Amino acid sequence: MPRLPAPPLPKGLRPRPKPPGDDNGAGVADTLDPLEAGVTAVDWIDERTSLTPVGRWLLFRKVPRGVNWYYTLGSATLFAFLNQAVTGVFLAMYYRPDASGGAYESVRYITTDAFLGQFVRGMHKWGASVMIILIFLHMGRVFFFGAYKYPRELTWIIGVVLLILTLAMGFTGYLLPLDQRAYWATVVGVNINAGGPFIGPYLSNFLFGGADFGATTLSRFYAIHMLIIPGAIVALIGAHLYLVTKLGITAPPWLKAEPEKQFQPETDV
Amino acid sequence: MPGAFEGETVTRRRFMVGVANGAGALAAAAFTLPALAFAVGPVFSHEQWTWQPIGPSSDFPNDNFVTRVIQIQQGPLGAAGNVNNTLAYVRTRNPAIDTEPEDQYNHWIALSSRCMHLGCPVRWTPAAARFICPCHGGVYDIRGMVAGGPPVRPLDRFYTRFNHATGLVEVGPRYSVNSELRRFSPRYPGEPLDGIGQYLYPRQFAQPKPPPGVSQKK
Ligand code: HEM
Ligand code: FES
Repeated sequence: MPRLPAPPLPKGLRPRPKPPGDDNGAGVADTLDPLEAGVTAVDWIDERTSLTPVGRWLLFRKVPRGVNWYYTLGSATLFAFLNQAVTGVFLAMYYRPDASGGAYESVRYITTDAFLGQFVRGMHKWGASVMIILIFLHMGRVFFFGAYKYPRELTWIIGVVLLILTLAMGFTGYLLPLDQRAYWATVVGVNINAGGPFIGPYLSNFLFGGADFGATTLSRFYAIHMLIIPGAIVALIGAHLYLVTKLGITAPPWLKAEPEKQFQPETDV
Repeated sequence: MPGAFEGETVTRRRFMVGVANGAGALAAAAFTLPALAFAVGPVFSHEQWTWQPIGPSSDFPNDNFVTRVIQIQQGPLGAAGNVNNTLAYVRTRNPAIDTEPEDQYNHWIALSSRCMHLGCPVRWTPAAARFICPCHGGVYDIRGMVAGGPPVRPLDRFYTRFNHATGLVEVGPRYSVNSELRRFSPRYPGEPLDGIGQYLYPRQFAQPKPPPGVSQKK
């Protein structure tokens, strides 16, 4: 096998020549091969956490024959969510939830002045729609493939909660630029919410933080949008993926189960 | 699980499990419950209103409206710029058209611009003598009664009074009305106040109290 030329390493890191004689691997442990440094670090962590089997369990699972691109819609939704999380965290570095004009001004600053601000805001804004579209497509895939049936009902139920939370993200996020469209859409949305009999008006009081849109409505929506719901979504995605991994993925409905093969002494020797 | 001695009903193990779980629940409740109450508090605290001067009585005709910007919420946090503003359409009471009983709080009719369908701002169009909503086509007449479209009740109103010390007309808290212009404590748009509607949407604690001496249905 052709060998790469040895890199110009400082003395301490150079591989030590093997001591003479067949030492059966002894003395290898204190040799630091720089190419193996990464492996060593992973080994160090793995020896203390045993995470490798968990990763293997999560990523190297058996999938049924016939899985296709529609099965990637769940992961696509996951990445849409991660995009929202990352861009949202960085938008929060510039955004100011100040109802007396500061919020609008800070969004204007992000869009027109901040370096890459328009891009990051665009990723978040358009990503929100992408995530909603993907979550519905994923749900459609699960529905039309019959993948919600026993034993995956709980996966479906958690999915429904994720869907509701995702829509709530859309509703609370819409207010944050605090322009005319944001303000009136929120007023109309909260009023629709108040139309629920008996508890609707109180839920709307809760959303407004009082009887009407007021000084604290924006900060309330901001806290719900960036802390409460994302926390719940992360936890529920964890539970969702745990169940997906534990139960395994369903085969497409058009695949017939293979008939159990009988043992035939003449051919199966 | 059998007890350690005769007649024991709670074993040591069960007792310890109970104590550990109870202590955990207590510790969790100690921060969760106050935080929840903190977030829910505004639902139960009455909004404060002060009377806001809107001009001398000669400003207001009795056959057309004059607009006034007023503040809808004056909680401890105070005004928050434009988001607290709302529009009142004000005119002098006209006995020829305003048939609801007169008292000290409706010598001037102050209608809220909030549409009673879903809360968009309605606009007075003098040529048609109608309020018209830009969102879904709600229409109201000069008394604020529904003349067409989806709104479920007449436009909300504000109490008005005359301040003899300053010589100015003042606007007070909001109230809602049913189709007979009977006064109710304020409701959200979209909540009818005739028939069963008044029971489906009960009074909210957060709404401001009516001025003294007013009979306002809860
Ligand atoms: C934040 C939103 C969501 C994320 C990140 C997510 C993620 C995933 C992923 C990665 C899978 C693996 C298989 C696949 O991709 O098809 C999956 C499966 C599944 N999801 Fe979701 N999902 C979400 C929302 C939903 C919704 C709204 C529903 C339905 C109401 C749902 C129901 C299911 C079910 C039943 C499975 C199991 C499918 C099978 O075993 O074949 N999920 N999800
Ligand atoms: S909000 Fe006025 S008609 Fe719908």
